Amino acid sequence: MKMLRGLLVPALALLLSGCDAVLLSPSGDIARQQRDLIIISVVLMLIIIVPVIVMILAFAWKYRESNKAAHAEYDPDWNHSTVLELLIWSAPLLIIIALGAVTWTSTHKLDPYRPVDQIDHARALAPNTKPLVVEVVALDWKWLFLYPEQGIATVNEMAAPVDRPIEFHITASTVMNAFFVPSLAGMIYAMPGMETKLNAVMNKTGDFEGISANYSGAGFSDMRFRFHSLSDADFQAWVAKAKASGTALGREDYLKLEQPSEKEPVHYYASVAPGLYNAILNRCVESNRMCMSDMMALDAQGGQGIVGTYNVTSLDAATRSRVGIADDKRYVGALCVASNAGGQPMTPAGRPL
Amino acid sequence: MNMPDLAKLIFGRLTLEAIPYHEPILIGTFVAVAIGGIALLALITKHKLWGYLWSEWFTSIDHKKIGIMYMVLGIVMLLRGFSDAIMMRAQQAIAFNGNPGFLPPHHYDQIFTAHGVIMIFFVAMPLVTGLMNYVVPLQIGARDVAFPFLNNFSFWMTVAGAMLVMASLFVGEFARTGWLAYPPLSGLAQSPDVGVDYYIWSLQVAGVGTTLSGINLIATIVKMRAPGMSMMKMPIFTWTSLCTNVLIVAAFPVLTAVLVLLSLDRYVGTNFFTNDFGGNAMMYVNLIWIWGHPEVYILVLPVFGVFSEVTSTFSRKRLFGYASMVYATVVITVLSYLVWLHHFFTMGSGASVNSFFGITTMIISIPTGAKIFNWLFTMYRGRIKFDVPMLWTVGFMVTFVIGGMTGVMLAVPPADFLLHNSLFLIAHFHNVIIGGVIFGLFAGINYWFPKAFGYRLDPFWGKVSFWFWLVGFWVAFMPLYVLGFMGVTRRMNHFEDPSLQIWFQIAAFGAFLIALGIGAFLVQLWVSYKRRDELRDVTGDPWHGRTLEWSTSSPPPEYNFAFTPVIHDTDAWWDMKERNAGRRLEGYLPIHMPKNTGAGIILAGLAFVFGFAMIWHMFLVAGLAFVALIVTAIGHTFNYKRDYHIPADVVARTEAARTEELAAHV
Repeated sequence: MKMLRGLLVPALALLLSGCDAVLLSPSGDIARQQRDLIIISVVLMLIIIVPVIVMILAFAWKYRESNKAAHAEYDPDWNHSTVLELLIWSAPLLIIIALGAVTWTSTHKLDPYRPVDQIDHARALAPNTKPLVVEVVALDWKWLFLYPEQGIATVNEMAAPVDRPIEFHITASTVMNAFFVPSLAGMIYAMPGMETKLNAVMNKTGDFEGISANYSGAGFSDMRFRFHSLSDADFQAWVAKAKASGTALGREDYLKLEQPSEKEPVHYYASVAPGLYNAILNRCVESNRMCMSDMMALDAQGGQGIVGTYNVTSLDAATRSRVGIADDKRYVGALCVASNAGGQPMTPAGRPL
Repeated sequence: MNMPDLAKLIFGRLTLEAIPYHEPILIGTFVAVAIGGIALLALITKHKLWGYLWSEWFTSIDHKKIGIMYMVLGIVMLLRGFSDAIMMRAQQAIAFNGNPGFLPPHHYDQIFTAHGVIMIFFVAMPLVTGLMNYVVPLQIGARDVAFPFLNNFSFWMTVAGAMLVMASLFVGEFARTGWLAYPPLSGLAQSPDVGVDYYIWSLQVAGVGTTLSGINLIATIVKMRAPGMSMMKMPIFTWTSLCTNVLIVAAFPVLTAVLVLLSLDRYVGTNFFTNDFGGNAMMYVNLIWIWGHPEVYILVLPVFGVFSEVTSTFSRKRLFGYASMVYATVVITVLSYLVWLHHFFTMGSGASVNSFFGITTMIISIPTGAKIFNWLFTMYRGRIKFDVPMLWTVGFMVTFVIGGMTGVMLAVPPADFLLHNSLFLIAHFHNVIIGGVIFGLFAGINYWFPKAFGYRLDPFWGKVSFWFWLVGFWVAFMPLYVLGFMGVTRRMNHFEDPSLQIWFQIAAFGAFLIALGIGAFLVQLWVSYKRRDELRDVTGDPWHGRTLEWSTSSPPPEYNFAFTPVIHDTDAWWDMKERNAGRRLEGYLPIHMPKNTGAGIILAGLAFVFGFAMIWHMFLVAGLAFVALIVTAIGHTFNYKRDYHIPADVVARTEAARTEELAAHV
């Protein structure tokens, strides 16, 4: 054990001191617990790895041909020992049983879908704390953040009050990305037409980096955002700044924003069209397009049969030229629903014209 | 029909614009390849080698020659795949502080995709298949594989796939999707150009070869073992080969199927993996990893076999724990199908699903650990000669356990949430693929080279190569582990944080050391060829081997064994030497052998044309090539002149010559 510590401490110290290893010195409670798990698993494995490496080198050295002293021990037919065989299967087995138990409990405890249950290891969460909900959309190649509680939206910058649990709802517009703020919590994929969730809490104020951790095409390397962890007052001020920008994020604005762009500067929206996030998630921001939730509901009832194959449409030319979309992508047309009888084109605010 | 229509009918979407005139790196590469190629062709023509190459090699259905051709393919493609690696390392080492580097994303993204595809499919796979092809029939006392023509056909299909990847350099472009081409990025909407089609068709064409070669080797091992060789008397390399080929046959059809689905999405407008019309890309990710994880074991199991052979030969001791080695291999084979989801814990499956796959992954480390211990105790009380293969083996053992440890770290789902897609992950899998597969292949090449060519590889340059590889590996990939902890993810084209740069520069230096290692290996081949008389192996048994391949001459006669050996022990040849079982020197019979055929290379050539035509939407040409492919294949079945007999007196003369040579060198 002493030798273990002797090896581990300098190695970790080197990592921590020599560079800014964000994963080893995180600022959020979830990332901290995940970091601890990395260290626990390394220590558990070193119990077996270190002796093995020592034995490899020792045996290789001792039984080298030129070492005449070891020739007396040479036993060309020795190839079995029940005790040793039991040992070499059971030693790794024991480590894996321990690690497996740790894995089972920690995977459930740190399930990204599970609400945060503590602010950090020392502070419990006040009962009835409402998490801050942030809806995240990975676009080509920028991040859109919607704040339903505050009614604002931002691009390539987000903020959250320190020590308040955050519940991320994550989706994407065209390709798969991964939402990753290394100092806050582990990553999770952002996928079109699907929603993943991440629960986390930041324990320090500051300006942190957020990235896409899954390659998504040409503009991927610049698909970064800043994560501002702020005091409550600063957060309110940040929200007010966004509100003061005066720009609205309507459905057509979103369609424009969704077009590929690289190195997108930070910008803010003072208001967001109602139901926009759900429309993005269900791939029906275009007003004449059927939402996936409706499609799935229809399919669950048996679908529309062969008639359904004719219900394909695309965005009208006028809207396309307004928004600046070149191709007339085909999709399933919206059906008459209460909010939009006849599948009419809608106003930017999401109401039928 | 007017001209443009006619051109479209014949050439599809292939136009002169597909040639990348504007890319100086590609033009430079093309010129170099062209000059080198012309020089090679001129040399072959000058020495009148075409006939020799055609009749002795290209059309050969001798498993030994096919094995060697696989190795040549793998080494040539290693140079290509490694050039990609060097360019990536250089790009990441300089692209800081607003410097865009020398590779814009459009080019860089092709390079990292091509690097992964080439290294896995066209370097590691051919090298592993080549070793198995060469060694397995010799180890089990067979005269060839079960289906010799199929073997030749498999090889050429692999070559055709490799040629399609290489063609993408100079005609059109390669995929910009990462080596597994996840949709929606690889779908028609996001990647409308030919890159993904090159990816699909090169893997489909090569995949036919891989699958058939898997079937071939399973049949060979199951049906063609020498009398007395029960399953539990098979050499360990043969055991790991058997398990590998079972994995190939069970896994590659999944890859073929998932690529077919992706092609249907791209060619006929289906919606399996699209975002709309009910498609779901998660299905692709699951399917490709159901192939992809076993693939890792397809690569590493055979080299586990190599290490077992090398350790016991050079420790001059029986392998410790043969039975547990076999069971460990079989357990790994089965478990490798139960872990695929660990490649995407971050997709958001429930905690129980993630834990299940995390724990199954960890369980694999138990048999793998047992193997390490078995090699360890094989060395224990041995008398170890540190020839080059053994150096690679000890280098492997130390390197691989670290790679195994980082692998288990990644298997803990919450830890994976931090480390997934990071450079830590990149360091991990290079740690096991270089430290495991590549080290094992070099051990195997150095170990069996004298068998294949009749002279040993020069040990000095072998050691130079080993040390450059070993040190180069650690220098290149330790910084990547560190960068992973710094939150740096993979496939980045340029960086903002200047504090990262030093680590990338160290990594680039490591890659440079590995380049020297590869260079030293090529020098080793050349020097050994020059010194072949000094390095000559006349006994056929240069290392005091233990298994049957060492009982025959180096290189073995085309029939491998004049008499099928009878096996009494796992280490059959060692046992024969112990018992002073002499060679039988009379009573030779004519030997029934398969005849060479050009059908394999012709079929693969047609498959190449078919693939190329499909990529460029030259559907008329594709149709013709496909019909020609089918007709040739059926036509070949009517070829009844497939075998011949080596007369008994020829065998007698060959064996008498060996007897003389052995007597002269005792």
